[in-house]
Amino acid sequence: MSFYEGLLFYLLAATAVLPGVMILFSRDIVHAAFWLLASLAGVAGLYLYLGADFLGFTQVMIYIGGIMILIIFGLMVTHKQKISLSQLAQKRLLVPAVITGGIILTALLYVINKTTWKPTASEEMEPTSADIGYLLMSDYLLPFEIASIVLLVGLVGGVYIARRKEREA
Amino acid sequence: MISNAPVSLAIVVLLAVAVPAVFVLVPRLLGARRASSERQTPYECGLLPVQDTKSRFSVKFYLVAVLFILFDLEVAFIFPWAVVYDELAVRGFLEMLVFVGVLFLGLMYVIRKGALDWD
Amino acid sequence: MPETTTGALIYQILELLPFLKELPEFLHIPMLMFVTGLIPVTVISLVGLVGVYMERKVSAFMQIRLGPMEYGPWGTLQTLADGIKLMGKEDIIPREADKPLFILAPIAAFVGVFLLFIAIPFDRDIIVVDLNVGIFYLAAVASIEVVGIIMAGWASNNKWSLLGAMREAAQVVAYEIPVGICLVTVVIVSGSFSMVDIVEEQKGLFLNWFIFRNPVMWVVFIAFIIASLAELKRAPFDLPEAESELVSGFHTEYSGMRFSIFFIAEYGAMFVASALIAILFLGGYYTGIPFLDNIDGILGILIRVGALFGKAFAFLFLQMWIRWTLPRIRLDQMFYLCYKVLVPFGFVAMIITAFWQMVLPGDGFMSLGWAPGLGK
Repeated sequence: MSFYEGLLFYLLAATAVLPGVMILFSRDIVHAAFWLLASLAGVAGLYLYLGADFLGFTQVMIYIGGIMILIIFGLMVTHKQKISLSQLAQKRLLVPAVITGGIILTALLYVINKTTWKPTASEEMEPTSADIGYLLMSDYLLPFEIASIVLLVGLVGGVYIARRKEREA
Repeated sequence: MISNAPVSLAIVVLLAVAVPAVFVLVPRLLGARRASSERQTPYECGLLPVQDTKSRFSVKFYLVAVLFILFDLEVAFIFPWAVVYDELAVRGFLEMLVFVGVLFLGLMYVIRKGALDWD
Repeated sequence: MPETTTGALIYQILELLPFLKELPEFLHIPMLMFVTGLIPVTVISLVGLVGVYMERKVSAFMQIRLGPMEYGPWGTLQTLADGIKLMGKEDIIPREADKPLFILAPIAAFVGVFLLFIAIPFDRDIIVVDLNVGIFYLAAVASIEVVGIIMAGWASNNKWSLLGAMREAAQVVAYEIPVGICLVTVVIVSGSFSMVDIVEEQKGLFLNWFIFRNPVMWVVFIAFIIASLAELKRAPFDLPEAESELVSGFHTEYSGMRFSIFFIAEYGAMFVASALIAILFLGGYYTGIPFLDNIDGILGILIRVGALFGKAFAFLFLQMWIRWTLPRIRLDQMFYLCYKVLVPFGFVAMIITAFWQMVLPGDGFMSLGWAPGLGK
């Protein structure tokens, strides 16, 4: 690993982690959303750094281009004035928050423990998209087709909720 | 010598940030600076601003964003299939026909329900 | 990150600038990438200068006016003069604005467009990085600009800005789907994501161009042009910036250099879209006349780069022609066109293309037996 690669890794890692911390401390919910964006961009950079080019750009396309817009639109559609986060963070939410956080942390630790990590950054890197295509069409065909059903369910659900809200309004 | 491509891409990103940053800094050095409270008011055709800026938007906007994510995900799934399509041949064609067919049904449902009629 | 790098370009630059070799080892890569990175900087500023002048002249002639005539012959230096004026302008940040986001927004929009340029091949070797996932990279990076726009709309704290930004985000996001479907169709035909591979696949007689590959490719071609117009917010899709309703949309509060960054980004995006139409459907940097394409050396490079710029500027002209011809469409018509016309037609064209590719793999019409031997 050359000097620059090392430097880049720590820069990307910092981009992924520090904005994540900033989400917790920002008072404006829109600022928090943009910090989330920065964090997701750092994760995309890490994917690219590890040679997962297709995954990295999918992260950019879906999360930065899609989920972010969805979050912002969600905010615009629902709230009237500026919402301050301190207003949302109430004491009675403490217990559910700790429980949810604990479950997620346990799950993540379990997965991290179970995965066999291999150092790849030093090896010659191969393009990944073709392999992904083959695997989707053979070994993972069933999950792939089920994914389309899941997307369909999401579509129908989204339309239903939006229509109902409209009738109420 | 060009083996570490992540570094090269990172430099391009840095360059992309540096160019507009320089653009903004130049008028800071050259431009006039006369603070005037009138000039810094929000623009509203010469009147004093009325109403709150953050008004509520139609829920249709949200629906557009949801539809976008679903179809965007679908396109992301189709891309790796398209690149190996020549080798997959008939099997790949039929498998994708099922995948696209299901989502096409979804699109038809959305259109028939009139969820996209913007009135 | 895996990619077939642009080795040749970097070595050519090394030949031209031998003093780079004198530098200490650890400075090589940054210096080289910096030098190659200057290609997009040059092209983006050139396109900004020429594009704005062209737009003003084209619109003037269409309305039987003369357009800018004062600075330089036929007013050719007008854009430059405007640029110098903008540099001397006061830097205004509205009192109500969200300052950090207000400052970041134009930069984010510019980065989104700038990053598109590095995947555009101007010749076989003149491309900043020939990524393995080139075309998918473009589809992904194209969605960054809208983040800058939403940021600007929100940070301005002005109702016109926010309204414009919301409309714009909804429109751009909606039309990304037909664009994605068109890109997938091109990938089915080319069998590769790499931009250079896509162009190389179209080498030879112009009948090899992707638009002639199967009977529905022209549908994809037209769908891509329409969708790219909407992505660019160009008339008739300029509802997010509708002057008569929204002042000027998301950049209402922006002035001086901050405004011009949005402006340059917009013209840069117009050029990228035009160049993409040429690359994906019309042979990219190849002229389509085999003996012209086979010329080597500097002359060959000039012909190929010239061919790409010629095609791109033809589509830039088409965008302007449409803008000054058609009236603005309504919001409901905009969504109708996207979800009920472009997306279904795009899907059907994609399936037909896949079927055609399965039955007649390879060169499409060329493999039907007519015009034998004219292929690659």
